[in-house]
Amino acid sequence: MSLPMAAQEALNVFEQAAGWEQRARLLMQWGERLAPLSEEEKSESNRVHGCESQVWLVAEQQDGQWRFKGASDARIIRGLLALLLVRVEGLSSAELAQLDLPAWFNQLGLGRQLSPSRSNGLNAVLQRMSQLAAGA
Amino acid sequence: MFQPSPWRADFPAIDALQRQHQTYLDSAATTQKPQILLDALSHYYGHGAANVHRAQHLPGALATQAFERSREKVAGWLNAVDSQQIVFTHGATSALNLLAYGLEPLFEAGDEIAISALEHHANLLPWQQLAQRRGLKLVVLPLDSRGLIDLNIALQLIGPRTRVLAVSQLSNVLGAWQPLEPLLAHAQAQGALTVVDGAQGVVHGRHDVRQLGCDFYVFSSHKLYGPDGVGVLYGRSEALARLRHWQFGGEMVQIADYHSASFRPAPLGFEAGTPPIASVIGLGASLDYLAGLDAHAVAEHEAGLHRHLLRGLNDREGIRLLGQPQLALASFVVDGVHNADLAHMLTEQGIAVRAGHHCAMPLLKSLGLDGAIRVSLGLYNDSDDLQRFFEALDQALELLR
Repeated sequence: MSLPMAAQEALNVFEQAAGWEQRARLLMQWGERLAPLSEEEKSESNRVHGCESQVWLVAEQQDGQWRFKGASDARIIRGLLALLLVRVEGLSSAELAQLDLPAWFNQLGLGRQLSPSRSNGLNAVLQRMSQLAAGA
Repeated sequence: MFQPSPWRADFPAIDALQRQHQTYLDSAATTQKPQILLDALSHYYGHGAANVHRAQHLPGALATQAFERSREKVAGWLNAVDSQQIVFTHGATSALNLLAYGLEPLFEAGDEIAISALEHHANLLPWQQLAQRRGLKLVVLPLDSRGLIDLNIALQLIGPRTRVLAVSQLSNVLGAWQPLEPLLAHAQAQGALTVVDGAQGVVHGRHDVRQLGCDFYVFSSHKLYGPDGVGVLYGRSEALARLRHWQFGGEMVQIADYHSASFRPAPLGFEAGTPPIASVIGLGASLDYLAGLDAHAVAEHEAGLHRHLLRGLNDREGIRLLGQPQLALASFVVDGVHNADLAHMLTEQGIAVRAGHHCAMPLLKSLGLDGAIRVSLGLYNDSDDLQRFFEALDQALELLR
């Protein structure tokens, strides 16, 4: 399966990132790309719990394709959200269910962000995403 | 000036962590262990494990002896009158749950339980749930601007309907000794039972439960350089006698029939099932180790590091301390920086500190925060650890601002 264009771009820059500082800078830059959520979208029902920061994930399906939006008040998790969204943008439920998202973050050199003791919330976001996709 | 820790080498994990480029500054969550404890665990398992208080055979007798010797050591550590006043539980949380269940029959609807606004969830939720079960009123004693229980208000809130006062000795977020003496005296004069959560307090200095005058004192082994899985409940004999049994099975029973049973008094009556034998023995070894240290030198060392920590935090712009920490730890937030982002940057640099709500969500909320970074010290930390922390902090703030 070929990567969406933005995902390929992310992979290119993160693969070349040397060291944690550059990765952190890139994460914060990518976080700025997230489309802002409206105040209504930042609702309790869109909140992802289990994160150290406030995280929202909004999902909608158009013509069988998933469109996700996300936001957070913390910058690193915003970056992680952005990298997640570029990878899943436009997928069908079946494609999403098959996708190995931990492998995606490993490819980006960010696999450690998924360790169970990390409370940044990426795990909780992935769980919520698969619940949303499975429920549709 | 470099401030070494004379005890650092007694803790093999500190060296191991350093080889992994990790600086451990999270001792208020759990501590590293002295070699003497590792030896005690290995000796127990290497020379014959056995269950306690059950078997006549030699391994059983030896295990029981070592287990009971630990009870005596804990009693000695707290200056309890009698080792039978020491109940081993599975942790401080479990000791506080024991109390909330054990004291339940003493309450009538409308009675009050007083706790403080800074309690760790372990000393909040068991009482909150008890209050819900029995229709009781949970009274929350407010704090003053220094992060201490506000005595003027507290002494008014603790009244004749107060059945139990349960408060922390030392806050795990604010690092301040609480004014226990007037609180306990007042509560007792009102006829209330008093519970002190010593989970943080017990780690710093020696505390004499007789002098404190509390009915119950609770702490966990793993924060006191001991193994995890063990908590201690001290109770005055009269107070222990008022507890209803709460967990059943094992050697806590006197006579068991199919349809009825009678139970032993404390301590064994409250140690249902096989206790954490190795860990209890290990705790005894850790107490031996601590008893052998120069207490004055330890206190000086901890105070010196704490001054260094506060100085470094105060020197940096935009850092806001939570309360006025007196020892052991400091929690802080940075203006305009999310604590989750700062935690990420510190983690990436091998700094092991705690970020988040520190199991005291209502306290953080009352301060208008959803999280904070906490740096906490152990007796093995030295000034280089703090130096590494400050360098990492500067680096993180540079990236984030």
